[in-house]
Amino acid sequence: MSIRERLSGNEAAAIAMKQINPDVVAAFPITPSTEIPQYFSTFVNNGEVNTEFVAVESEHSAMAATIGAEAAGSRAMTATSANGLSLMWEMIYIASSLRLPIVMSLVNRAVSGPLNIHNDHSDAMGVRDAGWVMLFSENNQEAYDNLVMAHRIAEHKDVKLPLMVCQDGFITSHSIENIELIEDDKVKAFVGEYNPEQYLLNKENPIAVGPLDLQGYLFEHKTQQAEAMKNAKKVILEVAEEFEKMTGRKYSFFEEYKMEDADIAIVCMNSTAGTTKFVVDNLREKGVKAGLLKLRVFRPFPAEEIAKALENVKAVAVLDKSDSLNAAGGALFEDITSAMYVNKKQVPMVNYVYGIGGRDTKSDDIESVYNDLAEIVKTGEIDNPYRYLGLRK
Amino acid sequence: MSDLIEIRWHGRGGQGAKTASLLLADAAFNTGKYIQGFPEYGPERMGAPITAYNRISDKPITIHSNIYEPNYVVVVDDSLLESVDVTAGLKKEGAIVINSTKDAEEIKKYLKGYEGEIYKIDARKISIEALGKYFPNTPMLAAIVKVSKVMTDEEFLDDMKGSFKHKFAKKPEVIDGNMKALELALSSVEKI
Repeated sequence: MSIRERLSGNEAAAIAMKQINPDVVAAFPITPSTEIPQYFSTFVNNGEVNTEFVAVESEHSAMAATIGAEAAGSRAMTATSANGLSLMWEMIYIASSLRLPIVMSLVNRAVSGPLNIHNDHSDAMGVRDAGWVMLFSENNQEAYDNLVMAHRIAEHKDVKLPLMVCQDGFITSHSIENIELIEDDKVKAFVGEYNPEQYLLNKENPIAVGPLDLQGYLFEHKTQQAEAMKNAKKVILEVAEEFEKMTGRKYSFFEEYKMEDADIAIVCMNSTAGTTKFVVDNLREKGVKAGLLKLRVFRPFPAEEIAKALENVKAVAVLDKSDSLNAAGGALFEDITSAMYVNKKQVPMVNYVYGIGGRDTKSDDIESVYNDLAEIVKTGEIDNPYRYLGLRK
Repeated sequence: MSDLIEIRWHGRGGQGAKTASLLLADAAFNTGKYIQGFPEYGPERMGAPITAYNRISDKPITIHSNIYEPNYVVVVDDSLLESVDVTAGLKKEGAIVINSTKDAEEIKKYLKGYEGEIYKIDARKISIEALGKYFPNTPMLAAIVKVSKVMTDEEFLDDMKGSFKHKFAKKPEVIDGNMKALELALSSVEKI
């Protein structure tokens, strides 16, 4: 039997970390993820975990410390947001290229400037090509479940890549909601022990970590990272299947909500997907065939599967909670339109940049997108595919 | 009770409106409901207007926006009536609960002709009597439970007793006072 609880998203992430009981946590506080290391350090202080907690002096050091810990052969975790992730930038790439399965909780917040502490996805989008597996979470439950699955994916011998679990700052990180927790012993058994094949503190088989890698090898090593990312797709599904057997909760690359017969669909990530479900339900009562594709796995990007899921709709809107400032469209929109083109699916698509810097996304905003899509289906015309939603006039 | 009850709290930083919204979420959770409790985070400081929200339902809640058309509004400090549009979007089938000693006519002057039910309660008097200090959030929590009927008085008092025992484990002497504040509030909410 699962445990019925009510927790904020940050509490849920901290509880998952407690149940995982990693060897090392290194973190530096930053809004809105501060509570995660704060709660976790309480667990350390109370002896509820065996973790070595490293209170570092910056996020760069937090990532460097987790890299050191993982390279030594231990399991390491961290949490951050926005500019904290920006400060980790250099080490983020080193973590993935050293093939260290670090797990991070990223509580999404707008990257400065100007200074803003509220939610958007500009922090995550900034590291989308850094070679990390990236999972997005609609609510506290998914933030928790994704963390429970994280090490199994990241540490798999065919993957060995770092992984971040994203959730929306304040919107889910600070909202108290119902959640079903898994018993401690079940999480422990599910996550299992970490037994890396190679590690620094193995005196039987000494290795060097992070040496010079010039023209003769770097290219090959990068393609190995790329292969690992492709392998992650299979592993993510296997782990999800096992997780479903334990909890009854089903996960895949994405959730298809009322998509079977949908004429018009929205694609989005994190908490906005919940608001979109609410709107889809209302529209369905009025006979509008609206659907939602909620992307969970952003890296690896399930291009072929998304193209298949969207092939039969008549118009699609992709919502980006970060502007790429490239005069062309948001990152998710570009990935999805590319997936459709490569897989020879011709569906009218439009992009909305929304929710920047914590601008609240109302159900009315989402409904207006479906209205726009209905109009596109009717007229077949998209005058401007790169639009804004909720922008003050 | 309809499918989804939405409540908006208006208070000033330091008065405990956020805490009250979380306590209400807790109490409703303990009676088996699906809940959300969340504040609207801004540049918070003592005395500044703040907003907090609750959603309470028998079904899972997926919507994740602020609340624009609440069923109920709680005003923890009546000085906000002058500066905040507290009835904005408030459903006329719903109600507003205000901590005030002002008379009915004066309160109504600020409510822009709101057609729904209006309740007032003197949370200061109750708090001073029960606790010896001014903590308006405890009486206001009881007041909104009474008005919204999201649970019965008995369920609410039982649950709060448990919460207070946990919350005030290190200063049990304040539990009785807080319970008294809740009971007084339940019996003194007045419709105007």
